[in-house]
Amino acid sequence: MTETVSNNSGKEPIKASELDPKFKYELLKMHGSEKILKCFQCGTCTSDCPVARYSDSYRPRTLIHMAQLGLRDRVLKSDTLWLCAACFTCTDRCPQDVEVASVIRVFRNLAAENGCIPQVFKEQAASLLESGYAYKIPELRIKKRESQGLPPLPKGNAENVRKTLKGVKFIETVQKPAGEQPNAQ
Amino acid sequence: MPSKYLIFLGCAIPYRVSAYEISARKVLTKLGVELVEMPEFNCCGLPLDPVSHETMLILAAKNLALAEQQGLNILTLCPGCAGTLKKVNKILKEDKALKEQINSHLKEAGLEFKGTIETKHLLQVLKEDVGIEKIKASVVKPLTMLKVAEHNGCHILRPKEYIGFDDPEDPQSLKMLIEATGATCLDYIDETECCGAPSVGVSDKVALQLARDKLNHVKMVDAQALITICPFCHIMYDTNELRIEKMFNETYGIPILHYPQLLGLAMGMTPEELAFNELRVNASKILKQVTEGVLKQ
Ligand code: SF4
Ligand code: SF4
Repeated sequence: MTETVSNNSGKEPIKASELDPKFKYELLKMHGSEKILKCFQCGTCTSDCPVARYSDSYRPRTLIHMAQLGLRDRVLKSDTLWLCAACFTCTDRCPQDVEVASVIRVFRNLAAENGCIPQVFKEQAASLLESGYAYKIPELRIKKRESQGLPPLPKGNAENVRKTLKGVKFIETVQKPAGEQPNAQ
Repeated sequence: MPSKYLIFLGCAIPYRVSAYEISARKVLTKLGVELVEMPEFNCCGLPLDPVSHETMLILAAKNLALAEQQGLNILTLCPGCAGTLKKVNKILKEDKALKEQINSHLKEAGLEFKGTIETKHLLQVLKEDVGIEKIKASVVKPLTMLKVAEHNGCHILRPKEYIGFDDPEDPQSLKMLIEATGATCLDYIDETECCGAPSVGVSDKVALQLARDKLNHVKMVDAQALITICPFCHIMYDTNELRIEKMFNETYGIPILHYPQLLGLAMGMTPEELAFNELRVNASKILKQVTEGVLKQ
């Protein structure tokens, strides 16, 4: 069983030195978290989140509150961030139209830029850059298509994929050898 | 009424869900929807959105640009691909600066996103373009002996702002399409809940509990099969049902069918033609009922 998640979001008392007053303003400028300050902590997102039901530590409302307070590291280093199933229930039900799932996605993107990238995503990125597909399609499957009466699989054109992704920070990060990635998880 | 589409397979279907593709192609062809193959494509971008929104935007826009060259709208079998392509199409059409930024990437491969085509998921094509009446008329073997349940999955419904197709809190399209085959579609609690698939690999425990909830709710109403329209939801239930049964010491025995497999049966196609042999949870009980035309005892 894969269990890469532990609870490190921290019940430790908050120290004033941990607070980054600029964090929320950075978030306001990012695509997806523009409305984070509208959150009035009603708790709808957490109460309707299917993941929160089975996780002791994943709470979207808490993550948003921590970000508003400026707890940058606690938010971005929280392993539970990666538990969100992107089901968009919170986004549709938030009375303040915060686009909660997108805010969570922004947190994850920022964590990834700092080198916190769970293994699944590294594998998908590698496959994408190699084949154009996010999963390595087994040779057998490709050959079997004909006998199944299916047309050949379209070309992934990995070369063009790599060309268009040139200069994207995340792609540069995953292409570096593991040792050179910042704080690799 | 457009009946010609570029078919966008995505990655999950050729990877391990061929029964969905086989059955969907057969029923669409029979309903007069012409499918044109994409000469080239890549991952829609969604799997990498959690780690890099920019990567997702570029990948999706690249696919849209490739389809624009063909001058045809896209039909996808995967709600994740449909949602992503719809969303990015809308975002880039509304945000000129972002469009320019993404296009500067596409230019490296000689492509440009213009925003001239639309994307629809199979369900939307069946409901809006083909229409329920035509589907009903194509049924030669009404499945009146079956009582099933539906699972829409998240990305065909939410976020409403970008998908805007069915009511995310009380969706009706899949139900109507199931009832068009003659089968009864049963209501159960939490129908619109997530299957858990996206949490696989991060926490299997959370993912399997979500799938288990669903199977329990479906079992509670005595459904004989669960009908899906998403490759990920299908993998989640079909591949894991036996695992969940073992883990929690429970029995479900609920076969998980791709909607076009159900429709295909009603259209008179055989289980072999519809690749029923690819399913992990044995569907022979309901197939026998269909063949013999008898109601469940
Ligand atoms: S539902 Fe919206 S307003 Fe309520 S706590 Fe969650 S993000 Fe904040
Ligand atoms: S999108 Fe993520 S945070 Fe929101 S309800 Fe779904 S799992 Fe929970």
